[in-house]
Amino acid sequence: MTAAGVVNPPVELRAARPARPALGRARGLAVGWRTVLLHVVLVAIAGFAVAPLLWMVSASLMPSGAATTYPPPLIPHPLTWVHYHELFSRLDVARELRNSAVIAALITASSLLCNSMAGYAFAKFQFPGRDRLFRLVLLGLFIPPQVAMLPLFILLRQLHLVNSYAGVVLPSMATVFGIFLMRQYVLGIPDELVDAARVDGAGEFRIYWSVILPLCAPVLVTLAVFVFMSSWNDFMWPLIVLTDSAKYTLPVGLANLSGEHVKDTELMMAAAVVTLLPVLLLFISLQRFYIRGITMGGVKG
Amino acid sequence: MTSLDGGGRAARRAAAIFLAPGLLLITITFLLPAAASFLLSLTDFDIYAVASPADARVVWLRNYATLAQAPLFWIALRNTLYFVLVGGPISVVVSLGVAVLLDSELVRWRGLFRTIYFAPVVTTLVAVAVVWKYLYDPRFGLLNAGLHALGLPPVDWLGSAVWAMPSIILMTVWKGFGYNMIIFMAGLQAVSPDLYDAARVDGAGAWQRFWHVTLPTLAPTFLFVSITTMIGFLQLFSEPYIMTQGGPLHATLSVVLYMFNQGFESWHIGQGAAVAFVLFGLTLIGALIQLRLRPERTEGGA
Amino acid sequence: MCRSVRGLLVAGSLVSSLVSSLVAATGCGRGGDQRHEPIALRFWAFGREGEVVQALVPEFERTHPGIRVTVQQIPFSAAHEKLLTSVVGRATPDIAQLGNTWVPELVALRALAPLDSMLARSSTIARDDYFNGIWDTNVLRGATYGVPWYVDTRVLFYRSDLLADAGVPTAPATWSEWRDAMRRIRARAGGHRYGILLPVNEWAQPIILGLAVGAPLLRDHDGYGDFSEPHFRAAFAFYVSLFRDSLAAPISNTQIANMYQSFANGDFAMFISGPWDVGECLRRLPPALRGRWATAPMPAWDAESGALAGPLAGPLAGARAGPRAGARDTTTPGISLAGGSSLVVFRGSAHPEAAWAFIEYLSDSTRQARFYALTGDLPSRRSAWRDSALAGDPYARAFRRQLQFVRATPKIPEWDEITTLITDHSEAAVRGGTPPDSALAALDRDVDQALEKRRWLQRREQSHDQAQDRAQDQAQDRVHEQPRKQAPEHANVRDSGASTGAE
Repeated sequence: MTAAGVVNPPVELRAARPARPALGRARGLAVGWRTVLLHVVLVAIAGFAVAPLLWMVSASLMPSGAATTYPPPLIPHPLTWVHYHELFSRLDVARELRNSAVIAALITASSLLCNSMAGYAFAKFQFPGRDRLFRLVLLGLFIPPQVAMLPLFILLRQLHLVNSYAGVVLPSMATVFGIFLMRQYVLGIPDELVDAARVDGAGEFRIYWSVILPLCAPVLVTLAVFVFMSSWNDFMWPLIVLTDSAKYTLPVGLANLSGEHVKDTELMMAAAVVTLLPVLLLFISLQRFYIRGITMGGVKG
Repeated sequence: MTSLDGGGRAARRAAAIFLAPGLLLITITFLLPAAASFLLSLTDFDIYAVASPADARVVWLRNYATLAQAPLFWIALRNTLYFVLVGGPISVVVSLGVAVLLDSELVRWRGLFRTIYFAPVVTTLVAVAVVWKYLYDPRFGLLNAGLHALGLPPVDWLGSAVWAMPSIILMTVWKGFGYNMIIFMAGLQAVSPDLYDAARVDGAGAWQRFWHVTLPTLAPTFLFVSITTMIGFLQLFSEPYIMTQGGPLHATLSVVLYMFNQGFESWHIGQGAAVAFVLFGLTLIGALIQLRLRPERTEGGA
Repeated sequence: MCRSVRGLLVAGSLVSSLVSSLVAATGCGRGGDQRHEPIALRFWAFGREGEVVQALVPEFERTHPGIRVTVQQIPFSAAHEKLLTSVVGRATPDIAQLGNTWVPELVALRALAPLDSMLARSSTIARDDYFNGIWDTNVLRGATYGVPWYVDTRVLFYRSDLLADAGVPTAPATWSEWRDAMRRIRARAGGHRYGILLPVNEWAQPIILGLAVGAPLLRDHDGYGDFSEPHFRAAFAFYVSLFRDSLAAPISNTQIANMYQSFANGDFAMFISGPWDVGECLRRLPPALRGRWATAPMPAWDAESGALAGPLAGPLAGARAGPRAGARDTTTPGISLAGGSSLVVFRGSAHPEAAWAFIEYLSDSTRQARFYALTGDLPSRRSAWRDSALAGDPYARAFRRQLQFVRATPKIPEWDEITTLITDHSEAAVRGGTPPDSALAALDRDVDQALEKRRWLQRREQSHDQAQDRAQDQAQDRVHEQPRKQAPEHANVRDSGASTGAE
């Protein structure tokens, strides 16, 4: 298990850039036709990436029925907030927003704890069969989560946890990916720090809590962003476990709504905006951490 | 190498305590159910047995035999393979292409482009599936309006058995290319500038440099990306659930959707578990094939 | 260091508060001391009904101050999955709207509460006011599990102008008249214009024809398929012959881009459908077609339409004996499906009395009439038909008549599965050219396989019952059986009552 490139604060994508002398050269020259062509292509791709999202926002602000006229309008005219009003007054989207937030926060907090503890143990403790156990855990990445769903549902039924937040949260509290991510990072923390703390008479939990965790702050943020987003976006499991609409998360509520209000394009778009906005904002503010998680998991995976 | 080189009892106990919450949770909520799923697939556990477990019988491989004879299962399998084998490569190639473009030294505002390309990745699948359903609307959708502007005839995107799966692939590529793009960009960082310079000195053109320098260096990244993409694509569920319900004419029925219908809609749990295990088998086979195809020159690490 | 410690403290308190709220969230489903709070009823309704019924709730809450009703609206496409998941997960609502073909399944799961004792006491819900065949769909093993909320059945929709042009002045009343009408239309129109639309991927059409001849569909306590017996064979031969004689086009419903437009074009002169298509036709057919289409009860089987391979037994032997005379309404139409939705109370409900009060409220005939006005769903009570706009509605008349001649499909959980088998094999006979009799033999084989588990359960229950009889003398054994005895409606629920014929 080398994972050299992953350990320590991983190479920032941008940081490596100035190493290329070519950059300076290109900047110095007048903008060539290749540069122009390249940027035309890049802008076109950007259009492809954002067009559906822009249309979603635009349609959500159109008066009812406007989006289903021909030719399809691109700009709301007149602009109206009525669908957002309806979502929050009549359709209980506020409740779904709260459910989603509570569930995602619970999962994030608990998975930070569980995964960091296990990752730390795999990285810094020596016990027989450690690496074999770790590899065994990694094999879990090859088991599609759907394989476990039917028995898990029956298990939750026995525990009376169907239709509860706990039923959604429990299966996501610890993840193979999270343990892997934490282990890779902790491996890069020098053993001397741990040993020094131990010499000072610190207990194991104290070392974990006061030495390891603070050093892990960046990767903890990364993991938190990752887990929060994936639990916010999760659909299949909440769809199965939550039966009472008072407990629906946003995606489940949205799927329900889309089955009922197919014709209300503008209303559906407003609901999609409400669902997407929190994750998009979170991503834009913390994208550095999120992207690092991908490259940590990916490059040397 | 290790901080607790003694490896004594205390260390073992501490390790056990630290591992316990995570590993217990994974075992209880994932590994044991997955194993139980295999056992269930050997029974005719169904809605009757949910009411009284004594009503289940061991039927050994009969569920698998039934699957082999179920036309709908084969349709689901075919659709899923279509999605994986056509959609997967398209998605990977688009990611690679965009990553190579963004890696060019001529690019300005790289961070901005990267953020924009990545935005669809973090979006909620259910929400964007709903959005795309309207984009695909045959009468009022933007896509057909675009075709019309180009003088092309309209397409009944999600309404025709021929176009439904390509439509889902298009949306999936849109939603996902940014993820692998990031991984490829990181992989491209590892390509040593010296190699490029050497190739340039040898008179290699841009295309040759890409083919002979970039791609071989990216091989491990490529392997990782293709395996994870395949695993993800095999699990196709939400898109058809939201957009087509598996239709029209079962053209978008996926293996996981079939499992969901068998398991949670009809409560043929034994049968559903068998489907789940076929999915697991497909995942393993796919991963093994790709590992076998791995080029020789990847480093041994990890 | 100082900063990170503070961060950790914040994180720690966050975790603990989240954990406590997790515990709270887990516990809240169990309910607590509710003496001070009004009873909260959860009502699941599907599709458009779920939206519309909310308009009826405020009045109920006003007249029942102690009860609050929350309506959960679930799309039809997700309804079955949500119902079963909630039953398996023990998270059922108090009341639900239930398509009456789903009742047997939920009864087999012991999810529904029997309503007989409450029915006996009820002053608002009078069994006699309901259509017999529809009510019967809710009765299993002598216990009633649902109250019909709205009803539907299938009747014949036809282009009266096209039939008249072809020399057929009134809707066909028997199969031979029916086939004759199709032949005339076909002869006049020709080309791609047909007598009738029978989508080959729908199970309802061949089954309705089978019901009209009196086919039992299943045999031996619904343990085996019975599609090869003479009645169904006659019906199926008639069905297939319509395609073989080019009176109907062998196409599936997905191949018809716009059924209403095709109907307006005269691509087919008749089709079989339910009440929802009255509204659709009024809305979607061009105004010029007003008054040129109508509905009629299903034509009745008659001996001339095709010989039975065996002796004709069952309810029809007598029904066809008398000469048809006088007004059309006195003829007995063919049998059609007993469809619709019922209101059920779940066994897990903590407030069955309040749930029943809500069902009584919704079943009141003025509310039924109001519900019809809101949804177009046909009321389940005859009195509501008299009181509402339905009384004078010419399109509703055929349904009103047909509803007296409906029969439930076999009341077993496996029926849904069997319907897809019926579709597969009837499609093979129509499209693939499989001889009808071999298609039916194959259908029987598949149905037998689908019912294997059911037979096994029945056998086990029987031997269990025998063992129980033998042990009858031993008082101790009876103590063990006590829980079972206390709820007799639990026992043998899978063995549905024999399907009854029309009234």
